[in-house]
Amino acid sequence: MSADPKVFLMGEEVGEYQGAYKISKGLLEKYGPDRVVDTPITEAGFTGIGVGAAYYGLRPVIEFMTFNFSMQAIDHIINSAAKSNYMSAGQISVPIVFRGPNGAAAGVGAQHSQCYAAWYASCPGLKVLVPYSSEDARGLLKAAIRDPDPVVFLENELLYGESFPVSAETLDSSFCLPIGKAKIEREGKDVTITAFSKMVGYALQAADILAKEGISAEVINLRSIRPLDRSTINASVRKTNRLITVEEGFPQHGIGAEICASVLEDSFEYLDAPVERIAGADVPMPYAANLERISVPQVEDILQLTKVGRRLICKKTNEAE
Amino acid sequence: MACSATAKIIQPPMSINSTRSPDKSDNCTKLLCPSSFLGPNKKLFSINKTISPLSRRSATVVAVSSDVVKKKKVESNPVSNLLVTKEEGLELYEDMVLGRSFEDMCAQMYYRGKMFGFVHLYNGQEAVSTGFIKLLGNRDCVVSTYRDHVHALSKGVPARAVMSELFGKTTGCCRGQGGSMHMFSKEHNVLGGFAFIGEGIPVATGAAFTSKYRREVLKEDCDDVTLAFFGDGTCNNGQFFECLNMAALWKLPIVFVVENNLWAIGMSHLRATSDPQIWKKGPAFGMPGVHVDGMDVLKVREIAKEAITRARRGEGPTLVECETYRFRGHSLADPDELRDPSEKAHYATRDPITALKKYLLENNLASESELIAIEKKIEEVVEDAVEFADESPVPARSQLLENVFADPRGFGIGPDGKYRCEDPKFTEGTAQV
Repeated sequence: MSADPKVFLMGEEVGEYQGAYKISKGLLEKYGPDRVVDTPITEAGFTGIGVGAAYYGLRPVIEFMTFNFSMQAIDHIINSAAKSNYMSAGQISVPIVFRGPNGAAAGVGAQHSQCYAAWYASCPGLKVLVPYSSEDARGLLKAAIRDPDPVVFLENELLYGESFPVSAETLDSSFCLPIGKAKIEREGKDVTITAFSKMVGYALQAADILAKEGISAEVINLRSIRPLDRSTINASVRKTNRLITVEEGFPQHGIGAEICASVLEDSFEYLDAPVERIAGADVPMPYAANLERISVPQVEDILQLTKVGRRLICKKTNEAE
Repeated sequence: MACSATAKIIQPPMSINSTRSPDKSDNCTKLLCPSSFLGPNKKLFSINKTISPLSRRSATVVAVSSDVVKKKKVESNPVSNLLVTKEEGLELYEDMVLGRSFEDMCAQMYYRGKMFGFVHLYNGQEAVSTGFIKLLGNRDCVVSTYRDHVHALSKGVPARAVMSELFGKTTGCCRGQGGSMHMFSKEHNVLGGFAFIGEGIPVATGAAFTSKYRREVLKEDCDDVTLAFFGDGTCNNGQFFECLNMAALWKLPIVFVVENNLWAIGMSHLRATSDPQIWKKGPAFGMPGVHVDGMDVLKVREIAKEAITRARRGEGPTLVECETYRFRGHSLADPDELRDPSEKAHYATRDPITALKKYLLENNLASESELIAIEKKIEEVVEDAVEFADESPVPARSQLLENVFADPRGFGIGPDGKYRCEDPKFTEGTAQV
């Protein structure tokens, strides 16, 4: 916002409340109410206003209190933002960023816990970014704001509170990360685990435990769901010959499904075992804490799947019944 | 001569509405009568009752809250009392005839198979488009719905470009990628063309937000106004109300123009709306709501002048309800069986082009031959547009994947002309952006 006066932030509670999750703390004092705009509760309205402002020359950042509320505005995200550059044959580009927390939080119930990565990632014309660490968040958000296309920036509420070590480079004011490149968080040679957002943390924890048991897991932090970094994923699978995808969202038609299909297309001969995907449970998120815990993948699930494989897990479960 | 000119003016150009009853001092008390609605006694909407020109204008203004709109305008030409000069009159006539001929040609081309998909024609509503858009400058924006051909034409997009776009050729205004419902032009500031009703309203509000932001934050000299066109059906949609609220709250330079043609495909406005008087929804949000006869381009133009000036001065939005009618069905695929033929006949007598022609001739602003010359000229323009579109090539196959993103690599192009993400220093985080 300091580099470009055309950038402004708009959303519910971004100004005087300092951000529903305090993300925009201090911005109102620094930039004033003209650039940090508190809106009434009108997702469809203010998202459309942001798109219209982007059509006409500004660079809005639209905040959704959670991405679940973006469903009220999804017509504008898809139809007036994502498709406009194509429909106008390049005349009207939409340099807008839609950001906010995505996915499950703690005990917030079914209507506040859905992960929208798969929904937005299937739409041509959008770029979908998912940060994990602070470095990711800083670099990817800067890239998203500078990008001339609509970007859906999916954060995670539980990660807001986590601290990560950052290098001095990251703190540089021109630091940006490229859109469309994944990061290999941990090198390994026995199995590739792809993850994004919170699941990267779980995958890293699982990888630490596996390392003690002699299994070296390569953890890929996807960072960019659309465009998906197929080359990094495939290079990794060709090295390790096994793939597990981890995600928090619903399993059917999820991110894991896309990654598995693309790896089968590109690297079938290199696979030594079937591709596996771990996803959230195929149910709306329950409220009860114990049920919620088993609706979202945990470190134990990653460990078990890595060591044993899906067919054997199912066989054992069936035997247990 | 002045006396007789004045005497002529005293009769409103659209003197055909003889069915208006004299006792309508307060049309709010007229209750819904669906059976009489479909006939000529549409008392619900007509409020033009007075005779003299000055009070006629104020009578068309039914603003409940704002004195701004009610104030009497000073005549631009004190000698003649006419609403337009000759040049303006001819410009309006030409624009309306262009709209009508173009749409008629679209129908022909559709039935010959050259146009396909959804085509929504604007016949009958030309007064609204011409009345408003001809008052705008190039930098002002227009946002419309799927019935957007004539809005694009009025704003200045060449007929050739629009016709090619409809034929799906690569020379169209959107290179054939948009189609009938998605007319975009950056050069003329036509920001679409939206298929979902109500979708254009927030986008228009956003463009108005940009005008205000430019003026107040970026300190540019910007007084661009945005016009949002939409129909009666849209006025029941949530996004409409959200935007009325925010536009009034932030005093955005926008005019919400309702083209109330009484029908949303086959759904009559009365069957769909609890209170069919749309102009009333403006004051509920703190902006003036105005009702105007949308079949009379001069009346529309007068109201438009006020609303647009208001917006330019920074006084905020206005809601203008134009009572109009579409002579054809909702789209070319619509058999149009639900509308009463007598209603259609009634509105056919109020054709805006015929009315303007009559006004120009009666007030000696133009001669018959000048008007016929204009009509001939437009015929040629439209024929030329069809020929051009016919002869244009279809898009190349490689065009399929173009223009999905403005910057496919995600970072833009640096000052040296190369993609930034290919600069290794950039991804290390120390490059200058």
